[in-house]
Amino acid sequence: MSYKIVVLIKQVPDTQNVGPDAMNADGTVNRAALPAIFNPEDLKALEMALQVKDKYPESRVTVLTMGPERAASIIRDALSRGADNGIIVSDIRFAGSDTLATSYALACAIRKTGHYDLIFGGRQAIDGDTAQVGPQVAEKLDLPQVTYAERLLSLKDDTITLTRRLDNGVETVEATLPLLVTVTASAPDCRYPHAHRLLQYAKTQPEIWNADAISPEMERLGLKGSPTKVKKIDNVVLAHKEGVRIENSDAAIGELVVSLMEDHIIG
Amino acid sequence: MNFYNDNESLKFYLTHPEMGRIAAMKERDFAEHGQYPDAPADAAEAVENYDRILSLVGEIAGDVVAPNAEEVDHEGPHIEDNRVVYAEGTQRNYETLTKAGLMGISMPRRYHGLNFPYVPFIMTTEIISRADTGFSTIWSLQDCAETVRAFADEALKDKFLPRIYEGATCSMDLTEPDAGSDLQAVRLKATYDESAGCWRLNGVKRFITNGGADLHLVLARSEEGTTDGRGLSYFLFDKQDGGLTVRRLENKMGIKGSPTAELVFTNAPAHIIGERRFGLIKYVMTLMNDARLGVGSQSVGLSEAACREAERYAAEREQFGQAIAAFPAVRDLLLAMRARTDATRTLLYETARMVDLCKGYEDLGRPMTPEERTAYKWAQRSADMLTPLLKLSASEFANRNAYDCIQVHGGSGFMKEYACERLYRDARILSIYEGTSQLQVVAAQKGLSNGAYLTKIGEYDALPFHAELEPLRAMLREAVEDFKALAALPNTAESAYDFKRMQTDVVAAVIMGYLLLADCDRQLKGDTSCSRSFMPSARYMAAYARAEAARSLQMAKAYSL
Repeated sequence: MSYKIVVLIKQVPDTQNVGPDAMNADGTVNRAALPAIFNPEDLKALEMALQVKDKYPESRVTVLTMGPERAASIIRDALSRGADNGIIVSDIRFAGSDTLATSYALACAIRKTGHYDLIFGGRQAIDGDTAQVGPQVAEKLDLPQVTYAERLLSLKDDTITLTRRLDNGVETVEATLPLLVTVTASAPDCRYPHAHRLLQYAKTQPEIWNADAISPEMERLGLKGSPTKVKKIDNVVLAHKEGVRIENSDAAIGELVVSLMEDHIIG
Repeated sequence: MNFYNDNESLKFYLTHPEMGRIAAMKERDFAEHGQYPDAPADAAEAVENYDRILSLVGEIAGDVVAPNAEEVDHEGPHIEDNRVVYAEGTQRNYETLTKAGLMGISMPRRYHGLNFPYVPFIMTTEIISRADTGFSTIWSLQDCAETVRAFADEALKDKFLPRIYEGATCSMDLTEPDAGSDLQAVRLKATYDESAGCWRLNGVKRFITNGGADLHLVLARSEEGTTDGRGLSYFLFDKQDGGLTVRRLENKMGIKGSPTAELVFTNAPAHIIGERRFGLIKYVMTLMNDARLGVGSQSVGLSEAACREAERYAAEREQFGQAIAAFPAVRDLLLAMRARTDATRTLLYETARMVDLCKGYEDLGRPMTPEERTAYKWAQRSADMLTPLLKLSASEFANRNAYDCIQVHGGSGFMKEYACERLYRDARILSIYEGTSQLQVVAAQKGLSNGAYLTKIGEYDALPFHAELEPLRAMLREAVEDFKALAALPNTAESAYDFKRMQTDVVAAVIMGYLLLADCDRQLKGDTSCSRSFMPSARYMAAYARAEAARSLQMAKAYSL
């Protein structure tokens, strides 16, 4: 038995170790002042994929990232930890993508990789914190999805069992492949690079796919394909007491939708 | 935390001008490039590879080994069903490093190793020791592979070297209840079993570091009726073959995570390494020099940890309205600690380079040219002379640094809450095992009396230094004059006090002084690989050498009156 696995990864500014010059005066992130790192939850997603490969060594793990060419460093990192190959989806035409355009481009790229059984990704990236890209990719590929995955319990034939870390406990779910899984921060840490692989892939230049290579509808890419319009960015410190817990019921969700419409966030 | 990337002085020595030649020799002019995917094409790539692996080791040391150190110190190993079980943290350390493919740093690639020379391997030991000196004893025993590689036959290498890479732990079983420093007195008996076609070991070994290991290198008496070192051979014993009982684990003052065992061998089957009778006089002696270099690196790692603990505490702790680091009395302690650490580190890597050059020439794979032979002899003499100075100074300075580290912490340092207390206990063995400080003085004796050290110092003094360093050079020259006077004092039997220790300390201080001047010279001439200047340490060491020489001469004169 073997599986074709895609892991979605992202290079992000290290927002967890911020210095005094981390923010620009206008409230945007000063990327130059922050080192670029492997998004932490994506590393955990890679680990989960590698666990599948540990059990079924014939499996193939492809890491895929959308970003500038310097993202090659996280591809090399993933290769040194055990991934089989890596692809960067990179084109100036992707500039200004919100989560909708990003997930569209990633979905096109995943289709181009050919057959796939499992797609893993981090729950969210530490620069945007949206947690939207994984689920949107699943929708665009018409795949079922398991979010907030914490542990891979078993995988046999086309049935996978995972635990999900939720606010009020741990849920064990069984799902059928093909499937998209987003992995949460409490999942096991990724293994360290392997010495031989670290040296072997130190200078690898990953394959780069531009917009034409993934055969998209061009108007769905980049700024054009992004309905999110950034009007203004404020520095906001949220206090815990401002949080609202929404019950899992039709009535409560209805109230949420109404309140979002009142605030003109949706609608 | 990355214990390599946060310490630029390591990169400074990794990029020493001599490293290119060392890499080229180790790689036999890069003959394996193309044959193995990780074999470098040239010296620059080889050094980049060392840098990458050190960064990986530094990450694991900082993120795994160091956070485990305290718990490991408390828990320690124990015996279970005749098996030594490491503390849980030790197991995690070992497993993480093994899974990262790091258990064959200097092994040849055909046995899955990385084929690194000594300098980067010694750097890994320094880095691991900074995280946990006790664990570094277990880590550095992977170097047993080097003995097997250098002296065992092909069948043994093929069988055992890949196992070390896969995580088999190793020990060197030398000492016995009545054979400590005097290994010639080893009694454990090896007899050849004709019917089984193998050697059998019978007897007791004591104070065996990592004594529960999977693979043991055992020094044993193979020649019945002999009583000295020429009757000893060296054996490889595989625990899986049975015949070994772990009788007890010692309850130690420090390096408590490192199991020290008493072992009983009963008809244990073993393979001979190399030739009979060469066990002590050739194989163990070679390994012992490497082991002393290893203790040098453990000592420097511990000194680095002590410096950082002290520097951090002194910056954070406030008294009389300011950080205590601002008070001259505390600042002096910190300056001296840093200087001792820098001084022993530069001696460590100078010694390691000499060992690398020796091994490089021995391993050329062809006869040496006359020029190469001359260079080889020079490197070998240098390594032999520097190794005891390193073992002596690095371990004694590490103890002093651990002491001062507690001093900087004041009353808090006496409590169990701070790491300095563990460092203090862990440091104590460094000047004892693998040859006590007193034995290092004996090892240096010949060079002291035949003028070899003075010749060596003359080589360093002939180096052209930046003009700014001349006043410090002058101090070292004065120290050498006092040393000569000290050495020329009549050795009166009735004085009953031997001044060899003083002479050795002075020579070591002078050589460390010159090496620091050479480092400053590199920096003054534009080397930016370490952003911190070595100048304060060089100034301290030159002055220290000057003062030590004068003090020693005065004491010797006064005592001899």
